[in-house]
This record gives sequence, structure tokens and C-alpha cells, in this order.
Amino acid sequence: MRDSVLDGGSFRPRDESNDSSGIPPLALPALDSPKWQSTSAAFALGVKSALSSILALVLFGTFIGVGAFAHDTGFTLGWAVASTVLVWAGPAQIILISTSHAGATLLESALAVTISAIRLLPMVVTVLPMVRTPRTRMHQLALPAHLTAITVWVESFRLLPHVPRERRIAFMNGLGGGLVLLSSIATMIGYGLAANLPPLLAAGILALTPLTFLLTTARNSHRLVDRLALALGLALYPLVQLLHTGVDIMICGVTAGTIAFGVHRWRKRA
Amino acid sequence: MTGFFGDGHAIALLLFAGFLSNEVWRVLGLVIGGGIDEGSEFLVWVRAVATAILAGVIAQILISPPGALATVPDVVRYAAAAVGFAVYLSARKSVFAGVVAGEIVVLGGKWWMG
Repeated sequence: MRDSVLDGGSFRPRDESNDSSGIPPLALPALDSPKWQSTSAAFALGVKSALSSILALVLFGTFIGVGAFAHDTGFTLGWAVASTVLVWAGPAQIILISTSHAGATLLESALAVTISAIRLLPMVVTVLPMVRTPRTRMHQLALPAHLTAITVWVESFRLLPHVPRERRIAFMNGLGGGLVLLSSIATMIGYGLAANLPPLLAAGILALTPLTFLLTTARNSHRLVDRLALALGLALYPLVQLLHTGVDIMICGVTAGTIAFGVHRWRKRA
Repeated sequence: MTGFFGDGHAIALLLFAGFLSNEVWRVLGLVIGGGIDEGSEFLVWVRAVATAILAGVIAQILISPPGALATVPDVVRYAAAAVGFAVYLSARKSVFAGVVAGEIVVLGGKWWMG
């Protein structure tokens, strides 16, 4: 599995493939190929890249889990798919569903979602300059910005250098749109499986959510500060939930994250 | 009244707590464009807190799981997470291997004990 996510302080995806060779990845045509002449062709190549990405497999499993999770917490199928399309961030969807299911108010859920979503800002800020041209209008960047989430961001950094600049918006829309479509289908499948499988297998589908999120978060944590935040968050929640504050997740997240950050600062100074 | 997207509360939850609360950071990124220091210590803190919030939610799902997962004995759920993580580490950080191992524990454990 390619291990290319937030790496170190530079906030750039780490790509272990050898991109310095200049050879386009997978089946992308050369930069001067006539296949890049139309925006619709570039869009189609984006969709194709999305479906052939190794990360699409992990995404598929994750969203089967999200769909199943939404079913067992009492949301409708339409709600589950709409959350994948509109929110388009697995962690935010799981935080939304889990906190709400645990009895948080609308405002408490919103607070937990928005704090965890701040990490999207630097992703958008770093990816948009790669697709922008001097003639690009702001509204053309609205869709690429919405599509930006960890997988699209990582794949954009890997693939966009092999796409002619004036076709990059169409390509990224295809890439992100393809992954949203795939994830929406996975959400429906997960929802349907949770609704129809016998209890043993339904439990297995539901278990996908904690497992995929635990392991992808661990994989995305390259630095000590992130690993520490993950470990402390897991360890602190069982204690914080005993307080029944309604904002347990927030207290746990801000405390564990800040302690991890404190250790990071202290180590830097030492 | 429950429609296609659920009742009024579910729709408000999706649009306000889900969509708007999440999307605001993408829109802000679009509007401010460049000019943020990508390696800043503030962003290190943001990422640590975001990671810890997600860790808390994972713990929440393991401790008080919804629906079908609640029929799996507590010890089996915790063991599945621990085994999944151990296999992930020993299989050169393969998410796939870790998830498969965790699933085997859940299914086997529920079958034996459940």
C-alpha cells in the first residue's frame, strides 16, 4: 500500500513512487498528447485514474462502513448518501453520526466536526495553486475545493504534475467526482448490507468503521505528535466519557491533542 | 415525519453540523488562497487535535457501539482493534491486512461467544 499522506512539517504528501523519472503514472498520456485536447477527455481520464487508484479500495471499504454505520444509528439511505456527497470527509461523517447517536446536541456535533475539519484548509490552500492558471476564475475552483479531502489531495499531488496545466481543473473534477461516485455506491452497499445481512455478518460490516478509521489514521500519522495524539485520544476517551458532559469528544480531542502538541514543543526545545 | 432524507432534525444535522461546519474550511482555503505558513506550529496543533478527536470517536464506537456491533461482546471488540493494529504493524503497515485480521476476530469471537 502506498504510504503517501501528510508528512512532516512541510505538509506535503509523501510519495514513495519514483516520480523523478518523468514517466507518467499508470495510463496517463504524455503531456503533449492530443488526448488532452478536450476538457471532457481530461475529465474522463480523471475518472479513470480515480477508479484505478489503490487508495480507492481503502476508500470503498471505509464508505461501506459509513453506510452500515448510518443504517444502525437510524438514518435513512438518502441521508447517508447525501452526507457522502455533501460532507465528503469520512472522519467528519463518522464524528457527526457517532456524536449525534451518543446524544450530542446539534451544536455539540457541529463543534466537533468543525474543529476536526480545520485540517482541510491547508489541503485546499496547497492543492489549488496546482490547478490554477492566470485566467482561472474563482467559481471554477469551487468544485475542486469541495472535492478536496485526504485521498483526492494525495492523488492530486501524485497525478497533477503529469496533466497539462490548462486541463488540471477538469482532471481533478473527474478524479474527485469519480471517487465521490465510488464512495456513494459503497455507502449504499454498506447501508443495504447492514439492513439485510444476518446479525453475525452485519456486526462484521459495522466493525469496518472502527477498524478502517483506526488503521488509516495510524497510517496517516507519520510524526510523533500525531501518533501521540492518536494514542492519547484512544486512552483518554474511556475516562472522559465517565463525566457525561455531552461534549466528551471535544474535551478528549482538545486535551489529548494539546498534550501531544506540548510534548512536541518540549522535545523541540530540549 | 420521515422523508427520503429523514426527519427535520436529521436534515438540520446534515446541513448545519455536517455540511456547513465542514465546508467552511474549504471555502476559507479557497478565499484566502496562499499566504498561510504550511509548516506553522498552529497547524501542527490543529492536526494533533483533529487526530485526537477522531481517536476519541473510534474509542466511542468501540465502547458504546451502535446496532449490530453492540451484539458483539465488549472483550471481542477491544481484542479485534488490538489484533487488527498488531497485524497492521507486523504486515508492514498494511491497512488491508489489519482490517482483515480485526474482522476475523469479530466474526470468530461473536460466533464462539456471541
